[in-house]
Amino acid sequence: MVRVPADGSRVAPIEQLVEVLHRLPGGQILVTSIENVLNWARARSIWPLTFGLACCAIEMMQAMGTRFDLDRFGVIPRATPRQADLIIVAGRCTIKMAPVVRRLWEQMPEPKYVISMGSCATCGGPFYYDNYSILKGIDTVIPVDVYVPGCPPRPEALIEGVLKLQEKIQKERRLTRRLQEAAQAGA
Amino acid sequence: MRSLRTEELILNMGPQHPSTHGVLRLLVTLDGENIVEVQPDIGYLHSSVEKMMEHRNYTQNIALADRGMDYLAALVNEMAILRAAETLADVPVPERARYIRTIFMELQRLASHLLWLGTYGIDLGAFTAFLWCMRERELIMDLFEATTGGRLHHVYFRLGGVNEDLPPGWTDRCREFCHYFLNRLDEYHRLLTGNPIWQARTQGVGVLTREQAIAFGACGPVARASGLQWDVRKSHPYEGYDRVDFRIPVYTEGDCYARYLVRMDEMRESTRIILQCLDQMPDGEVRAPRVPLNLKVPPGEVYTRVESPRGDLGVHLVSTGGETPWRVKIRAPSFVNLHALTEMMKGWKVADIIAILGSIDIVLADVDR
Ligand code: SF4
Repeated sequence: MVRVPADGSRVAPIEQLVEVLHRLPGGQILVTSIENVLNWARARSIWPLTFGLACCAIEMMQAMGTRFDLDRFGVIPRATPRQADLIIVAGRCTIKMAPVVRRLWEQMPEPKYVISMGSCATCGGPFYYDNYSILKGIDTVIPVDVYVPGCPPRPEALIEGVLKLQEKIQKERRLTRRLQEAAQAGA
Repeated sequence: MRSLRTEELILNMGPQHPSTHGVLRLLVTLDGENIVEVQPDIGYLHSSVEKMMEHRNYTQNIALADRGMDYLAALVNEMAILRAAETLADVPVPERARYIRTIFMELQRLASHLLWLGTYGIDLGAFTAFLWCMRERELIMDLFEATTGGRLHHVYFRLGGVNEDLPPGWTDRCREFCHYFLNRLDEYHRLLTGNPIWQARTQGVGVLTREQAIAFGACGPVARASGLQWDVRKSHPYEGYDRVDFRIPVYTEGDCYARYLVRMDEMRESTRIILQCLDQMPDGEVRAPRVPLNLKVPPGEVYTRVESPRGDLGVHLVSTGGETPWRVKIRAPSFVNLHALTEMMKGWKVADIIAILGSIDIVLADVDR
């Protein structure tokens, strides 16, 4: 039988199916295949939030513009965090802005990813020394998946970052991990 | 109709909003659909640049000015800092360097206005404008990259000149681009200027009268769209501007459409300036000899201004004779224009917020510094 988690949260239908499959002989192979298909779909339709902080946002716009055309990789900007899978933190983040970024990230549905674009978002960059207002790295506020270096990174660098994120998503084992956790909890 | 009055509602717009062009928060008080009051909440991008400049020498400050101030007009910021330092320290600048600076500042203006036009197009639902403008902007980026090595942040100007001479063949490429761009400009006009939707969204919307513009100290295209003939390039010429022939576009309507037309005309004038500079540019040195990188500027105070794509960018520099400035105060054009925004928006509908906000072309790094 399908177990309902103790906190009463709803289990997605695909996960119910997977759990049933998992019990069949040789079901593990099927689960892995389903997982691969899911990951493939996720990796090729990363929808970022249109969210620019500073100068790096201009290069992000250029990357989505005519010459570099990030749309090729299924990256279609969304205007609300509730429709987005990815937040590209493009630019320096001030201490005043940090709670807002955190809130935006919290509003995004799982699975969600973060690209830190530029040295400011990564570590404070040129605003590291003698500065009282800039956050020394966005990873003090939200977890980062891919760091893109540069000040500003070229659009090609951002594209490389997106490709790296796709690789990462392709290797993910969310379903398997979830099943293992459920098995452990049941045992 | 008095019985239909509703309660006032405060709408919170931003700091994350696709049309605020950065991290601006607007507190809009609404009566039904009408705007009663707008309060901008700024400081979300305050980078403490003025403080940081006190700890860096003038050459390092050039790199900081690129990033910390108006990042869409990096080269103009460099010029603003350098104009102050060079005036105070009386640094000679070779002729050729002056022309190169002028060319690059005008290219920067083109790039900035193109980005504005593209994003304003998105704001008003004309996505084609964005794609077209980005296409031309990339060509300017190529020109920048060939000389300065950077696309957005250049660190190209130096005390007493520029870092390097133009690469071979650059002038021809630039000339070619200018002629190409003039054709493209006609294309934009065909796409937008006569477009009924564009006109309906911008004509007569967000009017700033001449008196209001003066009272708020508005500058740049915002002031020129309200009938103020004010351009630092004409009134306080610097670099090569007194040697080229150009016109200051002025419109008297003061609405969003006039601001759009001013910028469109400015792009044409900028192209003319570039072409003239390319023709007039002499050969020779591009950097004054014996100006050290860590130049000690003599004690004193100076206020200088340059015309950035957003308006009158002033720098008040106080030096006590050290390698670093003692105090730098930046008079940011976007900050002033943002203040005028509160007046422009009063009485308009909530849907016009985007049209009016986009038309003043603010850059939040310039507002907050
Ligand atoms: S990394 Fe450089 S380009 Fe990016 S926001 Fe920071 S200063 Fe600007």
